[in-house]
Order: sequence, then structure tokens, then C-alpha cells
Amino acid sequence: MTTAAPAAVTAPVPGDPPPRRRRVSRDTVAAWSLLSPNLVVFAVFLFVPLLATVWLSLYSSSGFGPREFVGADNYAELFGDSTFWRATANTGLYALLTVPVSLVIGLGIALAMNRPLRGRGVLRAIYYVPYVISGVVVAVAGRWIFNENVGVVNRLLRSSGLDGVPWQSDAAGAMGSLVLISIWTKVGFVMVVYLAGLQSIPKEYLEAAQTDGAGRWAQLWYITVPLLKPTTIFLVVLGVIESFQVFDIVYVLTGGGPGNATEMLVTYAYAEGFDARRQGYAATIGVVTYLFIAVLTALWYRRQRAQEADL
Amino acid sequence: MTAARRTGRSLQSGAGWASWRAVALVAGALVMVFPLYWMVITAFSDQGALTSGPLRFFPENPTLDGFRRAFDLLPFGQFFLNSTAIALVAMALSVTLNLLAGYVLAKYRFRGQQVVFVMIVSTLMIPVQVVMVPQFQLVAGLGWINSYWAVIIPRAAEAFGIFLCRQFMLGIPDEVLEAARLDGAGHLRIFWSIVLPMSRPLIAVLVILTFMYRWNEFAWPLIVLNDQQLFTVPIGLAFLQGEYGTDYPALMGMALLSTLPVLVVFAIFQRQFVEGVARSGLR
Repeated sequence: MTTAAPAAVTAPVPGDPPPRRRRVSRDTVAAWSLLSPNLVVFAVFLFVPLLATVWLSLYSSSGFGPREFVGADNYAELFGDSTFWRATANTGLYALLTVPVSLVIGLGIALAMNRPLRGRGVLRAIYYVPYVISGVVVAVAGRWIFNENVGVVNRLLRSSGLDGVPWQSDAAGAMGSLVLISIWTKVGFVMVVYLAGLQSIPKEYLEAAQTDGAGRWAQLWYITVPLLKPTTIFLVVLGVIESFQVFDIVYVLTGGGPGNATEMLVTYAYAEGFDARRQGYAATIGVVTYLFIAVLTALWYRRQRAQEADL
Repeated sequence: MTAARRTGRSLQSGAGWASWRAVALVAGALVMVFPLYWMVITAFSDQGALTSGPLRFFPENPTLDGFRRAFDLLPFGQFFLNSTAIALVAMALSVTLNLLAGYVLAKYRFRGQQVVFVMIVSTLMIPVQVVMVPQFQLVAGLGWINSYWAVIIPRAAEAFGIFLCRQFMLGIPDEVLEAARLDGAGHLRIFWSIVLPMSRPLIAVLVILTFMYRWNEFAWPLIVLNDQQLFTVPIGLAFLQGEYGTDYPALMGMALLSTLPVLVVFAIFQRQFVEGVARSGLR
């Protein structure tokens, strides 16, 4: 009688009872048929389009008229396309700024929230609410709040004797407002996931450390943070993937501007595919974006595994 | 003796820590809430008073004109109906499919299971915008442009939801399922009358997340819905921003209204949310 540990990823699937052959085959049929709606949708609307993206990246196509096979021309053009490299750098910078900051802040909130406190439910809801708001709403509000002339942020800065920040006309300002707004939307989710992680840390560990004279920071650094590592890995991977997919906020907040100061890989692909109607080229950007994500995720997992092997 | 002293000391430092963290949490919450507060203030303000004169933290003459103008400028009533229909149908469909797939991947053993699971999880890495061009061509080929099927069906299977379901359902004891099977219950029967009732926190998480994703979704509906009568609320809002970008009360009023349904769903299910997240092994 094993008690199934909740959420143990490696929980063993049931020991097979004796009358095996028939059961397994009947189960297999049931399993595949219960899975089939999902598999059909994935196949038709994701795997086929993914392959089609690779195929389309070898063509020049406007969506109208015949497409023309161009081989690796799109890739060659992409390699020399400064807007593409700018979009790549912007996307990387965006991930580098939003992911670590939202993780640190979210963890801080979760730690502070992890003990009884009056009004905890209300506080938790307040921190979480920005995450459920749509990217379009966030961006529409962001345009107003960060408006350089009449927005409240600059008006507050000016009334305290500082200069307003050129959130819209300056490249760094625009990226800054985008990053600040994104962090605002992300910390609540990070908090909830870390809260769930914190609940899984046995109290005895921390009590034992306290008995041994470890201070709060030592407990945090040597016990809590290492034990939260799976949570952190999950959040980093998810955060990076999300960063490489950021679209709605950028599209409405800055439209990639000023110039292409906030152009992201995905907004650039959209602009090429649906505004400029260069579908083959858009597909090429898509393929390369996908490769970036795959390589980054693989590298991160390898690093984590190497570190675990070192321990 | 030493034990008593230690308790006393930790209680004392505990009290200092408690007040410090309460202050920090409240200060942080104020920062988090301020943009929302400012949206509310703006929505109820007179347009002229917002951009001229001194900075006011409360509207002098609160008015609903902003809301009225938004509804006059674009048919937002229609947009709300459209979004509601899409979000509810898509949510019901996605949650059902997620639960089925999660159940199978957690509780069945069959050849190819691991491969299927890895393939599904790997789709998380595919940015939807990457496959948008062929997806668009496909949907156009099916004749679904300007049809809600184009918005609903391609998003019906969700890797993240399936992953959550699998992790959660690994925690359902096999003995319970085995007992039901010995009693002669069929596959769907076991799923319906045993697995589902044990998965309430999970369903709460799925309902919140899926409703939110579908309600908030922007890029894909923007591409496949061209007829203004079919617009969803986010498209309408982006359109309003593009056409009447300086009518801040109208914009903020509509932005707030469009957020309400998600907040209501969240409020209804939020109690089970943290438990659901925790038991889904999201940690």
C-alpha cells in the first residue's frame, strides 16, 4: 500500500495486476481514444503548421499568387537584416530584465506572505490581479500612465522637482516602460507559484537550522532557496519562453517603436507576415525564434543537470 | 530553561520581523494597486480636467461620460457578447480535453505514453505567433475566416493545462480507481464519477486560467476576425486606442469593464486556486 504522494512527478504508475495481456490492450485502446481529440488538434493546428513554417521559410510568398522556391535566400537575408538582429537583442534584453527581477520580487513577496498575517488574502489578490489583466488592457493603460507629457508618472516626477522620462520618444525610455509594465504583470504569478513551493518545505528543516543558530538570511540562503530550486527552474524556463513570445503588450504599447527600439522577434514576424505580407520571410523569423527557444531551454537544463551532478 | 529563553527571543525577533514585513507588503501592494486606481480615477474624470490644471487624485466632478462615449464610439455591447460566447465555449472545450488527456497520461500505461507526453509538453516551446502564418492559411483553407471556429478550435488543446492535469492526477490513489474498475465501472464512468470529483481544485485552476487566456487573447483573433461585428473586446479596445487614442476616460472605462469578467471568475474560484496550483506540482 503506497500512499500516493501528491504531485510527485516520478510517482510510480500502478503495479500491474496479474491478468495483464488483455487488460493492457483494452486500456491501450481506451487511452488512445480518450487522447485522440487532443492529438488531432495538436497535429492539425500545431505540428502541421510547424512543419509548414519550416517549408514556407524556403519560399518567397505574399499569400496571393504563386509562391516561388528560393532555398536558403530568406535565411541569408535574415542574417544580414539589422532589424532582425535588433529584435533579437531587444528580446534577449527584455528576458534578461524581466525574468530575474520578477523572480526576486515575487519570491520576496511569497516569503513575506508565507506566515499568518491579517489581510493576507486581500494582499495576495492585489499582487495577483495584474497577472489576470489582458495584455491589451495593460498596454492601453500603460500608454496613458507613461505618456511623456500628460501621464501621471512624469507629472509626479516633475512635481517632485525631477525631469520627466521620455518614455515614448527615447529608445531606452520605451524599453524601460515596457519592462516596468511587464514586471508589474508578472510578480503575482511568480508569488503564487513560490507560495505553493514554500508550502512543500518541511518546517522541521527550518526549525533545525534555527536550533543550530542559523539566522534568517542563512536559513533563506542555505535551506529555502536551494529547496525551491525546482520551482525556480520551472519559473525561469516559463519566463524565458514567455519573453520570446511577448506580443500583445508591445504591439499596443509601443508598436515596436520608437524606430525599432522595442521591436521583438514575434512582433517583427507579425509585421513581416501580416503587414508587409512577406509570409516566407515571416516564417523564417519564426523558425529562428523557435530555434532560439529550443537551444536556450536545452542549455539551461544541461547546466542544471551538470550542477546537480556536481553536488 | 534554555528552551524557554530561545522561544522568548525568537518570539521577539519574530514580532519585529512581522511588522517589518507587513509594512513592506502593504507598501508593495500600494505600488501594485496604483495603476488600477489611476485607471479608475481616469475613467470617472472629465476629459479636459485630466490633461490640464493640477494633478488631481480624485475627480472633481465624477462622471460616467467616458463609459458612455466608449459605447457610442464602437459597439462594445456586441464585443462583450462575442467575447463571452467565445470564452465560455472555448473554456468548456479546453478544460474537458485537458482533463481527459491528463487523466490518461497520469493513470494509464500504454506503449508510446512517454513519447506522447514529451511531445505535448514540447509544444509549450512553440510560440503561437511562430506558426501563425501557416495556421492562418490552414484556417482560411477551411473557410473559417470570420468564424468563431477559427478562434476556438485551434486553441482547444492546451499543453500547459494537460501538464497541470497530469501532475495533479498522479496524486489520485490508484487503489480508488482499481476498486471502481473491479466493481465494473467503465473508463468514462470512472473518469466522471471518481476522478472529476477528486479534481475540484484542479478544475478551479483550469477554469480560471483558460477563461483568462481566451478572454484576453488578442493576436490570433485579430488575424482571423476582420468583420467589426465579430470583434472581441481586446480587439475593440486596441481599435479604440488606435482611433481615439486621447480619449482617456473612454479608454480607461472600457479597459476596466473588459477586465471585470476575469476578476469575477477569479474571485469565484480563487479559494481553490492556490491549493490547485500546489497539488499540480507547479513547484
